[in-house]
Amino acid sequence: MAAEKMSLSKAINASLRTALETDPKVLIMGEDVGKLGGVFRVTDGLQKDFGEDRVIDTPLAESGIVGTAIGLALRGYRPVVEIQFDGFVFPAYDQIVTQLAKMHARSLGKVKLPVVVRIPYGGGIGAVEHHSESPEALFAHVAGLKVVSPANASDAYWMLQQAIDSDDPVIYFEPKRRYHDKSEVDTAAIPGPLHAARVVRQGTDLTLAAYGPMVKVALDAAAAAAEEGKSIEVLDLRSMSPIDFDSVQRSVERTGRLVVVHEAPVFLGTGSEIAARITERCFYHLQAPVLRVGGFHSPYPPSRLEDEYLPGLDRVLDAVDRALAY
Amino acid sequence: MTVESTAARKPRRSGAKRSTTARDTKKQPAGQTELVQLLTPEGERVEHPEYAIDPTPEELRGLYRDMVLTRRFDAEATTLQRQGELGLWASLLGQEAAQIGSGRALHDADYVFPTYREHGVAWCRGVDPTNLLGMFRGVNHGGWDPNSNNFHLYTIVIGSQTLHATGYAMGVAKDGADAAVLAYFGDGASSQGDVAESFTFSAVYNAPVVFFCQNNQWAISEPTEKQTRVPLYQRAQGFGFPGVRVDGNDVLACLAVTKAALERARTGQGPMLIEAFTYRMGAHTTSDDPTRYRSPEERELWETKDPILRLRTLLTREGLADDAYFADLERESDALAKRVRDAVRAMPDPEDMAMFEHIYADGHALVDEERAQFAEYQASFVTAEEGI
Ligand SMILES: Cc1ncc(C[n+]2csc(CCOP(=O)(O)OP(=O)(O)O)c2C)c(N)n1
Repeated sequence: MAAEKMSLSKAINASLRTALETDPKVLIMGEDVGKLGGVFRVTDGLQKDFGEDRVIDTPLAESGIVGTAIGLALRGYRPVVEIQFDGFVFPAYDQIVTQLAKMHARSLGKVKLPVVVRIPYGGGIGAVEHHSESPEALFAHVAGLKVVSPANASDAYWMLQQAIDSDDPVIYFEPKRRYHDKSEVDTAAIPGPLHAARVVRQGTDLTLAAYGPMVKVALDAAAAAAEEGKSIEVLDLRSMSPIDFDSVQRSVERTGRLVVVHEAPVFLGTGSEIAARITERCFYHLQAPVLRVGGFHSPYPPSRLEDEYLPGLDRVLDAVDRALAY
Repeated sequence: MTVESTAARKPRRSGAKRSTTARDTKKQPAGQTELVQLLTPEGERVEHPEYAIDPTPEELRGLYRDMVLTRRFDAEATTLQRQGELGLWASLLGQEAAQIGSGRALHDADYVFPTYREHGVAWCRGVDPTNLLGMFRGVNHGGWDPNSNNFHLYTIVIGSQTLHATGYAMGVAKDGADAAVLAYFGDGASSQGDVAESFTFSAVYNAPVVFFCQNNQWAISEPTEKQTRVPLYQRAQGFGFPGVRVDGNDVLACLAVTKAALERARTGQGPMLIEAFTYRMGAHTTSDDPTRYRSPEERELWETKDPILRLRTLLTREGLADDAYFADLERESDALAKRVRDAVRAMPDPEDMAMFEHIYADGHALVDEERAQFAEYQASFVTAEEGI
């Protein structure tokens, strides 16, 4: 297999398939991941081909899913668990935060927990409550966890391979509203480092930093701004823990301005951390304060209001204009 | 959608290895004998030594009417989803007897904690059915006042509400009130830690709560065997309170058993678990595709146990309702469907600023700041347009 155009969800499926084929210790676990292939069909066909012992339909219990995955990992397995939707990770939050994140440190490095927690996250699909949230900052805040989010099919494929290979627990946030977006995946390529940010569009006037579902919005905004003669650089952060501040710094040193975009509320979010660090690192390069565009300090709204809540082209461009006006 | 099978080139590692997956057992082998039933699928009245009721003809017709109108409301909501008026719908089709039977057992002062599928119970509580549609249309997250009908908001996170019900019941007991609490959940939910914890708390504090589990055989694609290896009602014993399995498609049995359980709770005898053995006739929700995981034969089998049909058989055979009655009810159903359809279509989208409302009871400076900024931002478009 080499380069092939596929959807982001298909790329995750292909990645899981590769992992199951190459390492007999890899297990898939979650609600409805078997016959149904998951509610988004991301695990479609895997149980049929690898059997119920490796693609495991679990009871409806998230604490149980993560807690038993920890035990399986202690026994030498590499579980990849699926949480059905972002808002349902919280029954498992205790296991993730108090156990999964800390055992390596507590054992002075003797215990490795190669557990991947896959979470379809974010809004824009017209869902009911608890199906559209972006809780990444809650996980990034916890030492011991790594937190990533792919924005395209190729990253979806490779970052998941790398997450499964990692001996650390990785929270893998899948931008569910991009599941059907297609792009090129080269399964024979040599991927870049899991936690490196990537410049996905070059520019000179301002840096837009985004990840997951917002990378597309940032690219669209950059394209729209280009029509008005503005040159915007777009950075796909790819990882929220660790954050590749060096790449952000390099970009900001070139452009002098930074706007961070994410769906999650801006208050105490990923953007806040980036704004603080970049202000420290690039104080003399910055020609405007680092601005953030994101969700409000309000529960994710009913779906008829999500277009207002989610950062769209207009809100991103508004921030770009404000930054450029300094 | 389908992925090519790679089974041929993939070495299966099964070999001599022992399977760690529980063996398939026949679905609920002992189930039938333990089922409390007062009305058979053929519409025959039968006796049960512990649970008896003697409903008047009017009460029987009332139960029938409730089930028919609920089914019609549910069908209309499904249609509205198909027509794009609702984003999602969780149908109760097939579960009318479990919901109406248990719902009609309630006293006014009792309190209900539902999941997201209890449209029939809401009906029994006098909640306007159009109120249930706001969250499925995407205009609110519930929106009704739980205290106006003693019917709590729908809960989407599986199992959470059983703890709320238990705590509420602990409060009822502290107050010495003559009331009980009825908590609904599914067979899938029985796996959640919250449900186990609610059993523990309710037993330890002897809380006046009745747990009503609608075992509709499926949790999305997973059959009950993927949640439990013992019949669900038997769980209660380990926590120290009684559990009983009732024919969930028998409205009379559901009514009788829930009445008895609520009365036990009201009189200080503590919690009880009712497992209503029933069936989800439709998809899990309108976004689900049950053909991927269950056979059409299974549904056909359950169709012979239809809760509405069996009561209709009884009413007809005993001469308790005639053609005119059924025709009237049909017209009433049509009118209800029309009312619901019109109300949904007329339901306005929320104002943009609604996002910032009701987040805190006492207000919050950050919300105030963001509200003001967002208002200014929205106004900038109006100004820009006017400027043209
Ligand atoms: C904590 C949590 N995990 C997962 C889900 C997604 N989900 C919604 S309904 C459902 C199945 C529920 O099955 P059951 O409890 O049997 O109730 P039913 O829908 O069959 O009435 C699942 C997995 C959820 N809502 N909450």
